[in-house]
Amino acid sequence: MKVSELAADDLDARLRGRGVYLRTGPFVCHVCSPIASVANGIHLLYANHALSTDTAFADFHVRLTRPTGLRRWLRPQVLFHMDDRTPFKPLPLGQAFPMLEWGLNWCVANHAHQYLVVHAAVVAKDDRAMIMPAPPGSGKSTLCAGLVARGWRLLSDELTLISVDDGQITPLPRPVSLKNDSIAVMRAFAPHLAMTDECHDTVKGTVAHMGLPRDSVTRGDTPAQPAWIVFPRYKPGSDTSLVPRKKGATLLEVARNGFNYSILGARGFNCLADTVARCGCYDFTYSRLAEATDLFNALEPTVASPAGGA
Amino acid sequence: MTAPLDQLTPVLRQPERLAALGHAEWDLLVRQARSADLLPRLCILLAEQDRLDAVPERPRTHLLATKVVAEKHAQQVRWEIHRIRHAIAPTGVPLLLLKGAAYLAAGLPPARGRLFTDIDFLVPKEELSTVERMLLAHGWVASHLDAYDQHYYRQWMHELPPLWHLHRHSVLDVHHTILPETARLHPDPDKLRAAARPVPGMDGVQVLAPIDMVLHSATHLFHDGEFNHGLRDLVDLDDLMRHFGVDECFWRHLVRRAKELDLRRPLYYALCYTRKILGTPVPEAVMAAAEAGGPSPFAGTVMDALLRRALAPEHPTCVERFTGVARWLLYVRSHYLRMPLHLLVPHLVRKSLKKREALAARPTRPVVNEK
Repeated sequence: MKVSELAADDLDARLRGRGVYLRTGPFVCHVCSPIASVANGIHLLYANHALSTDTAFADFHVRLTRPTGLRRWLRPQVLFHMDDRTPFKPLPLGQAFPMLEWGLNWCVANHAHQYLVVHAAVVAKDDRAMIMPAPPGSGKSTLCAGLVARGWRLLSDELTLISVDDGQITPLPRPVSLKNDSIAVMRAFAPHLAMTDECHDTVKGTVAHMGLPRDSVTRGDTPAQPAWIVFPRYKPGSDTSLVPRKKGATLLEVARNGFNYSILGARGFNCLADTVARCGCYDFTYSRLAEATDLFNALEPTVASPAGGA
Repeated sequence: MTAPLDQLTPVLRQPERLAALGHAEWDLLVRQARSADLLPRLCILLAEQDRLDAVPERPRTHLLATKVVAEKHAQQVRWEIHRIRHAIAPTGVPLLLLKGAAYLAAGLPPARGRLFTDIDFLVPKEELSTVERMLLAHGWVASHLDAYDQHYYRQWMHELPPLWHLHRHSVLDVHHTILPETARLHPDPDKLRAAARPVPGMDGVQVLAPIDMVLHSATHLFHDGEFNHGLRDLVDLDDLMRHFGVDECFWRHLVRRAKELDLRRPLYYALCYTRKILGTPVPEAVMAAAEAGGPSPFAGTVMDALLRRALAPEHPTCVERFTGVARWLLYVRSHYLRMPLHLLVPHLVRKSLKKREALAARPTRPVVNEK
């Protein structure tokens, strides 16, 4: 059953009761929450996601709650739980849906060591994946959202899951997190995609989440082959430029963005070295999103060969 | 005697039960074991018995993922032992490892799939400040404690305030004895050091003698413990006794040594509860001899009610009526055993005030690579 088959009221009632078992890529997340904005966010942005009918086993049991006490009335807050743990300080209640998203990211990054988990957006075309690791503020999410709005399949906007066993990338299709100026950019660029209201004054500034095209969700079980590693940088006024970069430097930079690179030890290094070897590696600078997406849409994938050039 | 939803304790006691678990039981088991820090341990247990392939795929993925973390911990702890050894070598003081790091260095069963939070070792009290200075020179600094905590540790405790490595973030607990100076029991650290054994292949590294290791583990849990890892610590004891108990000498000298070190009460509880909860094969004669060190019948009944709850997995699904109260009472007890009331009361008041501040100051940013 899909989330969209539930009426908004019904979804809200289930979240307040026994919770829902939401399938996101390889994980089943058992989500409970008595908070209306969370139900609304899931209803809006997870419409095409499947609800698991098998409720016996969940990978992550997460709950959002409202801490009790005087604060509940004066300055309401929300707290994220993974089972019996509360990894974060409470946030203002208005940030409940972003907190669910950040919390789910935390669950995956800290537990899914069957993958090399890299802090990078990843999109795919014809099952060939483009990994975009970059620090916050580099325009990574905007470029990722732009490509998704122009026909690429979203694998993840935050967490690239590279299978340690076979080097394939497992999709984790969840809403795209947009920050600050990129929210207005994407509203104009992709009016066809759903978007939440803006949340102001979060640790990341103003935040909104964008829904995915149906194809990204329905093909959420289909892995992709890594084909490109691109480091995007948004630079106001710049021309669009795609410049090859060295593989050694690429490996080090991706490793720096690895959530569990050091935990995986030699396995992590080998997995990453194989990935970098088979990808074309580039630095990308842009200021005009349409030009950027056109360029990538015209890009031919490199031949996967460990000895290949840039 | 286990809570109705407790999946973990029964499988630790009888691993063959794992074969019969359905998805819903696995769901609870993975959660309870994760919460008790025993998930990687469970994975190793299954692998040793060649049962891992029979585990349904989804829980198996979690078991294997957590094993990766435990392997990383073991590798890091080995490296830290190497660095500590290097740092304190000029003092000529041997590195006498305690608890988890000792199990790992000596290749003992409780090291299997263990998650580490810190590294404990014992040095003579007169060498404490020299050792601290040398560790400082190699990057270990006193962790973020205020002046009161620093004073509390140095004046009353059996260890330095935790030392924290500036770059590698490893945490060291440097002990000069195994219980606080103010505690009710007074095990003599000189006797422990005199009986310590070298670790083959690790020059200058020692661990406690087998019996002393068991007594220390028992003391840590049943005299000084806060039971936040109660079940895990009990599993340690079970592992050690099954391992050392193969040698009949171990059982023969156990009670006598406990008496010598003033640790008969913790030994009594350790024997009693590993046997009761995990089915540890304690010989009848040893149990009978240890009973002389047990509590009065009344105290025994009260402690049984508390320990039964505190040694269950610390997971919401294993909470019985009064579990919270039991844990709190044991916490108060451990402090009461630690220091006389005129020191204890002001200390607990300060701690409870500080706990509130600490809760308010938890990190906001997602903490990645926790532990």
